[in-house]
Amino acid sequence: MKIWVPMDSAAKALGADEVADAIAAQVGPDVRIIRNGSRGMVWLEPLVEIDRGDGRVAYGPVTPDDVAALLDGTLESLGRVEDIPFFARQTRLTFARCGVIDPLDLDDYAAHGGLVGLRRAIGMTGADIVQEVTDSGLRGRGGAGFPTGIKWKTVHDAPADQKYIVCNADEGDSGTFADRMIMEGDPFTLIEGMAIAGLAVGATRGYVYLRSEYPDAIAVMNAAVRIARQRGVLGADVLGSGRAFDMEIRVGAGAYVCGEETSLLNSLEGKRGVVRAKPPLPALEGFFGKPTVVNNVISLATVPVILEKGAQHYADFGLGRSRGTVTLQIAGNVRRGGLFETAFGVSLGEVVNDIGGGTLSGRPVKAVQVGGPLGAYMPVSKFDTPMGYEEFDKNGGLIGHAGLVVFDDTADMLQMARFAMEFCAVESCGKCTPCRIGAVRGVETIDRIAAGDAAAADLLTDLCEVMKDGSLCALGGFTPFPVMSALTQFPDDFATAKEAAE
Amino acid sequence: MLDQAPAPDDIRDLVTPLVGLEGPLLPMLHAIQAEWGHVPQAAVPVLADLLNLGVAEVHGVVSFYHDFRKEPAGRHMLKICRAEACQSVGGNAMAQRMLDRLGVDWHGTTRDGAVTVEPVYCLGMCACGPAVMLDDRVIGRVDEARMERLMTQVGA
Ligand SMILES: Cc1cc2nc3c(=O)[nH]c(=O)nc-3n(C[C@H](O)[C@H](O)[C@H](O)COP(=O)(O)O)c2cc1C
Ligand code: SF4
Ligand code: FES
Ligand code: FES
Repeated sequence: MKIWVPMDSAAKALGADEVADAIAAQVGPDVRIIRNGSRGMVWLEPLVEIDRGDGRVAYGPVTPDDVAALLDGTLESLGRVEDIPFFARQTRLTFARCGVIDPLDLDDYAAHGGLVGLRRAIGMTGADIVQEVTDSGLRGRGGAGFPTGIKWKTVHDAPADQKYIVCNADEGDSGTFADRMIMEGDPFTLIEGMAIAGLAVGATRGYVYLRSEYPDAIAVMNAAVRIARQRGVLGADVLGSGRAFDMEIRVGAGAYVCGEETSLLNSLEGKRGVVRAKPPLPALEGFFGKPTVVNNVISLATVPVILEKGAQHYADFGLGRSRGTVTLQIAGNVRRGGLFETAFGVSLGEVVNDIGGGTLSGRPVKAVQVGGPLGAYMPVSKFDTPMGYEEFDKNGGLIGHAGLVVFDDTADMLQMARFAMEFCAVESCGKCTPCRIGAVRGVETIDRIAAGDAAAADLLTDLCEVMKDGSLCALGGFTPFPVMSALTQFPDDFATAKEAAE
Repeated sequence: MLDQAPAPDDIRDLVTPLVGLEGPLLPMLHAIQAEWGHVPQAAVPVLADLLNLGVAEVHGVVSFYHDFRKEPAGRHMLKICRAEACQSVGGNAMAQRMLDRLGVDWHGTTRDGAVTVEPVYCLGMCACGPAVMLDDRVIGRVDEARMERLMTQVGA
């Protein structure tokens, strides 16, 4: 008999370690306990799976007190994992192995399609790998949605004695956890993706810049890199190809702005994490001035399946210019929160209501913040917006890293706008005045609106214009998205105080 | 974790093995903080000397990042998530209750030195908030019962 108990940090945060201990104390040596990644159904964590010979049957949320019943078969099951509707409805490409395999078992990884993409890449020229990624239509999943193949081509074509692959694992956006989940649940996918990127552009060294708030992911990634090195996936002779690629995990230090790629590079070099002016592009002058690919975790972790199944297979999913799958993170006040990977094109309302099941509190949905702290608050009237980069843009929003934070009708949108400004003030790198000073003024201005100052709303609008136009990066430049969407879509929350005072 | 201010030679011994890294300063600062619980003033000239940087430059880096502490923290570090997803499930009220229970404000340390409370903006637990991190352990869906258990663990 085999039993899986996730070692994903969300599962652990809900008691998975205690459940694993209780199981270990009550079973004999014939039972194998595997600590897997999460299947992404966070509302069911700790989700335990047992294979008694008829597939992996799920139980959850399991508490240590449930373990006796779990083991004697009297605990009510959720059926086979693959049949749970939330899971059955997904198209899992990037996350195909996450939660299925033992994250640190390289043989298990290879038995589930791992390393096929890298082996194929080894037989190709760099230019052909770049072309394959371009043809897949993959766009950066870190926020900006820039075509990954085009970025790689710039680095490929830049002559240099040393090039780098830098993985952006700073994942600072509230409402996002896909990077964390894949690093904890299928770390070799990211390593393989980075190695393929290295072969594609001619880079022999890579770094993962991983936020310090993720100690579990740091531990898993470090262990996976060690194993990959021992087994010849990384090193001077990648899988016997005669080509070199090696990588290191570097830990951030609690600065949100270090998720911005040039700030990240400064931080990696050991400097203050201030944003650099572009140009030069990091692709031409990146880490220590060398041509550097900077890509998000999910972008890089999607490369292996593209090489394994072919660009066309990936490009066949999606909507318009948004090809492939989007790894939605359904979060906040929602009944079924978790990771949901699906082809682009599903509507926001379908995600929140059908897949997510509406709010956790059972109250009506008021707003959904999509794309992290720099993303707009989408009202229910925009729920028919399809998940697609251009489609969201047209509706005044952005997909960003594809996190969705659901709020019920108790949310005070004036307070949410204030928080957006406060967050920008706390996290500003300080380089530009509109962001550094403007965000502080923004908080004050919103407080004036709350106190009933009718003229302050126009002031806030002007301030947002200045921040939008005068900021070097999207921290200052996009903070107006949540602020203005709150102000324009939920005017009542800004008006009540005003009218009360009048 | 030792909280006494270390001697410059001890600092030098700790970080010297990292000199060969590309961009060694952040790994060195993390190593120092892991060893002594903070980055003592005495570390700045040592690092400047080792890395051929100005003292002001090293100081500028240390002060830029929220993680690096100039003074030792309490015996436990409690980081409470203040970001949007946790707010949507009552995170603000829960945070205030914890601060009140401990009798501190953000960034404060309890009088007995048991715990320091810091705000954090997202722990990747956004589908199971409100979330906190006690030392290196994350706790999700913090309700009254989980909060009480947390308080017991930090001796409050
Ligand atoms: C303030 C700010 C924070 C950002 N944070 C992240 C982050 O945490 N992770 C990430 O991948 N990209 C982040 N980005 C976007 C990066 O600058 C960059 O676009 C991305 O790493 C490129 O990778 P991709 O093309 O694979 O998305 C951030 C941008 C800004 C302006
Ligand atoms: S907008 Fe803000 S965070 Fe971005 S570069 Fe300017 S000051 Fe720095
Ligand atoms: S100061 Fe905020 S974006 Fe420049
Ligand atoms: S917002 Fe609190 S864990 Fe993400």
